[in-house]
Amino acid sequence: MIEAVLKPGGDAATALYIVAFSMFIIGVKRGTHPTTAKQGNMVAAVGMAVAVVTTLLLDEVGNWGLIALGLGIGTAIGVIASTRVQMTEMPQMVALYNGVGGGAVALIAWSEIRHGISLGEEIPLDTLIPVLFAAVVGSVSFWGSNIAFAKLQDLIPTRPLAVPGQQAINVVLLLGIVAACVNIAVNNGDPSQAIFIAILIAAGILGNLVVLPIGGADMPVVISLLNAFTGLSAAAAGFALDNVALIVAGTLVGSSGTILTMEMATAMNRSVSNVLFAGFGGAPAGGGAGDGEERPHTSIGAQDAAIKLAYADSVVIVPGYGLAVAQAQHAIKEVADELQKRGVTVNYAIHPVAGRMPGHMNVLLAEADVPYEQLREMEEINPEMPRTDVAVIVGANDVTNPAAKNDPDSPIAGMPIIEVSEAQQVIVIKRSLSPGFAGIDNDLFYEPNTSMLFADAKQAAADIASEIGNL
Amino acid sequence: MTLFTEITIFVLAAFVGFEVISKVPTTLHTPLMSQTNAIHGIVMLGGLIVVGYANDPLEYVIGTIAIAFGTINVVGGFMVTDRMLGMFSRKPKPKADADGKGGS
Repeated sequence: MIEAVLKPGGDAATALYIVAFSMFIIGVKRGTHPTTAKQGNMVAAVGMAVAVVTTLLLDEVGNWGLIALGLGIGTAIGVIASTRVQMTEMPQMVALYNGVGGGAVALIAWSEIRHGISLGEEIPLDTLIPVLFAAVVGSVSFWGSNIAFAKLQDLIPTRPLAVPGQQAINVVLLLGIVAACVNIAVNNGDPSQAIFIAILIAAGILGNLVVLPIGGADMPVVISLLNAFTGLSAAAAGFALDNVALIVAGTLVGSSGTILTMEMATAMNRSVSNVLFAGFGGAPAGGGAGDGEERPHTSIGAQDAAIKLAYADSVVIVPGYGLAVAQAQHAIKEVADELQKRGVTVNYAIHPVAGRMPGHMNVLLAEADVPYEQLREMEEINPEMPRTDVAVIVGANDVTNPAAKNDPDSPIAGMPIIEVSEAQQVIVIKRSLSPGFAGIDNDLFYEPNTSMLFADAKQAAADIASEIGNL
Repeated sequence: MTLFTEITIFVLAAFVGFEVISKVPTTLHTPLMSQTNAIHGIVMLGGLIVVGYANDPLEYVIGTIAIAFGTINVVGGFMVTDRMLGMFSRKPKPKADADGKGGS
């Protein structure tokens, strides 16, 4: 039997919590630089171990069997899931981890309320208010993250799913939740548990309704926002439990998540409220000229593509989510290697929101051992586009759509794009002419200097690489 | 701790978060998001505490699930971040000839 040695809120426990949250801050700080990031993650993980061990030593902790059970199940699932997940599925994984975090917060809040009821005493307002906040935000985060996961995993359609009267329903739900919270506060001492459960359910429905209408293209912003929400709800739980480690760590995540969210939204030239409430592509394919009709385009095979590339001086590869789905990062690296052997300059143009999370493409290409210097950011590569002989687009779509620049009525108008149409020639490797995440047609495909190579990205890249080798 | 002590901590921590994070290269956005995601798994401490005063079957279930959820968040989050960052750390020596193609 482990001897409980620390008093909750006592000096020793607080000192250890301070060590833990200092390590979180150092860990995040180091996480912002490429050379120290891995070490930073370790520091934060050790901080977490300190916080957990400290908590286990508190003398209010009991029910060791249940604790062992929960830790065992959680560790097993966490280890298995994170060692099996593909790099391409990372966004879903983060959404799911974020969801369970929110779920944990909501359950802790429920437990606190039941504890209060069983004592039959009034819960002080400075505990009750954070508990209610944690319950609502945790539940929204849990269900919202699950919907985001389901969309990214293609379990439900990625296009915006609008419910009639959406905004009105959301407002009614929110008002209902506030009213129910007030009811619990007024009946403090003998609150109705049914009403509390109703709050959890209503917040869950709200989480569903807020995320369902958001199109796939905006998912990174949503996950980031939900990450910040879960952080804040964890901080609220810290207020309720008088736990300084929870307050600092939760707040740290809340503010960092907010920054990331705003950066991502800025990269798409949209505001966060616009993402949440405008329902991307709500007006179906606004500028789409003749939806059903096939517009004239040039289609080529792997051999032609190989010739175009092999005799170019400079090539820019524009990767998108299609590359991730097809697991084509290694095959593309082979194409680049073949080209470099022939003295062709190869760079990769990374759009800030390429893939489904910022930096997603960088991770995938790093996995394929693409040298860091070849990964170029959008602002850096765009001025070089007119001097580029061939731009190869692999599974990217919306981030290259010239409509963002040329058509003020387009749903993506104003979004910064990689200006591939400035390059001498464009090769688009894509399965079909179908629209991308944003659900709008891409005029780039029909431009005279664009050639379409209809194929699976991985297969096409492998074919091109071997054709170049044969030249 | 008094409420105002806690609010002070909250406000300062919020500013620390903004300051520490505001300059991140886009490359690291995904790993960083994943790392901060793991850090909010600290809610598992809340699970460990509330299960201590659970005293009926429903509360046992709630508390155990809360601990399991929080643990998934922590363990999975840090491990996945480590995997992602492992891919970057190989990079400083891209020309290493004896790159043993660590097939995992």
